[in-house]
Amino acid sequence: MNIVACVKQVPDTETLIKVKPDGSGIDEVGIKWVMNPYDEFGVEEALKLKEKFGGDVTIVSLGPARALETIRTALAMGADKGIHISDPAFDGADAYTVANALATAIKSIPHDIIFCGQRAIDDDSGQVGAIVAEFLNIPQVTLVTKVDIEGASIKVIRPIEGAQLLIESSLPCLVTAQKGLNEPRYASLPGIMKAKKKPVDVKDAAALSISIDVKAKIAKTLPPPARPPGKIICGEDPAEKARELARLLREEAKVI
Amino acid sequence: MAKGVWIVAEQRYGAYRKISFELASTARKLADQLGEEVGAVLLGSGIEGIAGELGKYGVDKVYIADNALLEPYTTDAHAAAVARLVKEKDPSILLLGASVQGKDLSARLVGKLATGMATDCVDVKIVDGKLLALRPMYAGKCYGEVVTSSFPQMASLRPNVFPAVENSKTPEVIKFDPGLDPGQLKTKVLEVQKDTAGKVDLTEANIIVSGGRGMKGPENYVIIEELADVIGATVGASRAAVDAGWRPQKDQVGQTGKVVSPNLYIACGISGAIQHLAGMGTSKYIVAINKDPDAPIFARADYGIVDDLFKIVPELTKEVKKLLA
Repeated sequence: MNIVACVKQVPDTETLIKVKPDGSGIDEVGIKWVMNPYDEFGVEEALKLKEKFGGDVTIVSLGPARALETIRTALAMGADKGIHISDPAFDGADAYTVANALATAIKSIPHDIIFCGQRAIDDDSGQVGAIVAEFLNIPQVTLVTKVDIEGASIKVIRPIEGAQLLIESSLPCLVTAQKGLNEPRYASLPGIMKAKKKPVDVKDAAALSISIDVKAKIAKTLPPPARPPGKIICGEDPAEKARELARLLREEAKVI
Repeated sequence: MAKGVWIVAEQRYGAYRKISFELASTARKLADQLGEEVGAVLLGSGIEGIAGELGKYGVDKVYIADNALLEPYTTDAHAAAVARLVKEKDPSILLLGASVQGKDLSARLVGKLATGMATDCVDVKIVDGKLLALRPMYAGKCYGEVVTSSFPQMASLRPNVFPAVENSKTPEVIKFDPGLDPGQLKTKVLEVQKDTAGKVDLTEANIIVSGGRGMKGPENYVIIEELADVIGATVGASRAAVDAGWRPQKDQVGQTGKVVSPNLYIACGISGAIQHLAGMGTSKYIVAINKDPDAPIFARADYGIVDDLFKIVPELTKEVKKLLA
């Protein structure tokens, strides 16, 4: 089976995000970079399929030079090879541009199934997976918590508001991974050593022959809107505090 | 020349989901600023009867495709139908809900329409004739103002943030041919497994009562459930509680759980880590009950009680019961 997993290098979720004073973006100094947590689920599922059906797992990532480290992490987990799309021309790229690049790279290799994270925890945009599927003219199943491959089709569980759907799709197909899909493995020390020798193909925009036309731009980055300070409710005993809270929720906030 | 502020309405089992009215009202507001019309796309099967309802929220034209291949929702069918119509009619703005379905459909449409989109927006407005969308990034640690240079300018709106404002229009209902080829539909819904009957989903709840690590164990959630019953809330949980196996994954609120935006969020025994705040930060009112005075959640709460939740929560249940009696 030819399995592809897309990964993105993002700031660790504990990172203190500092907005640059001119609003042009965030300050990247001192950031700890990690694999997007949702992509980890995708890599793990790719590896599980390889263990079950044989074949290989190719990691594809678009990012600056430092993103190579994240590709190596996926290789250390057990993936076989990587494609690193790297080019300053991709700075500030929107989802359509990123997806175009990823899809172009994926088109050049055999692919039966593609895993992406449901969204990247930096921009929280959640568009790239679907757009890659559109470029490749294949179906998508998003926010998936279970994958079963049966012959030439795939069955997935996808939670929606108030229910879970069992969906069948033909292959090839693109799957976006949601938390609960699996428990990603840690890279073992032998895995890390082996990963250093696994091939990573580096491609720039020219190598992909794509033109870059960014349509959605972040005109300004801002700190989060300030919330007016709240009030701590005091009282003689829990009953009094609870009474006052109930009163405020009714009379002041008017939410009950 | 792209013209018209459009929405893709969301219906399930023949009834509109609330986000559809929030979308319509927002589109109406934007259209009034631009001097343009509001169009709505409605897809499904057997839904002709509900088309006119969108006029109550300011829609001028409802484009409806009523076809068995459009029910239940599949990306292939809905994306093909919407893209086909949008390419023909050329609206300047296209809004969808950042619901589960809306996120799936809108992202595919970005690909089909070769355009740009701001996901999960908390505000949209017109600046210099263009759509300016405000959206949280980095789990809400900062926000971005997004502008799209291509048409339609797309945005998905976070549910429960934008008001549904009543209007009274009688919309023109226009049937269109979605142009579907069954051979092009590659996915199929085999089964719908509904969650516990009668419970409002967290992402649609007006009030949420959530328990975290301070709950100390699964058996203690009964006090949260009692408060939720009395106040009319859905029960949520923090990641700590879900990882400990006390509550199911689907109850998790936070960066790796659900993003909710209720009118009232009551956090019990939740410290308020940034990852949790990412999931409930746009709640209209936040209440924190925690015995740790230094818990970060107090910085975000509108009302806080520094005390033992096992004493406060049952008292709150009593008091709310009295008030609502």
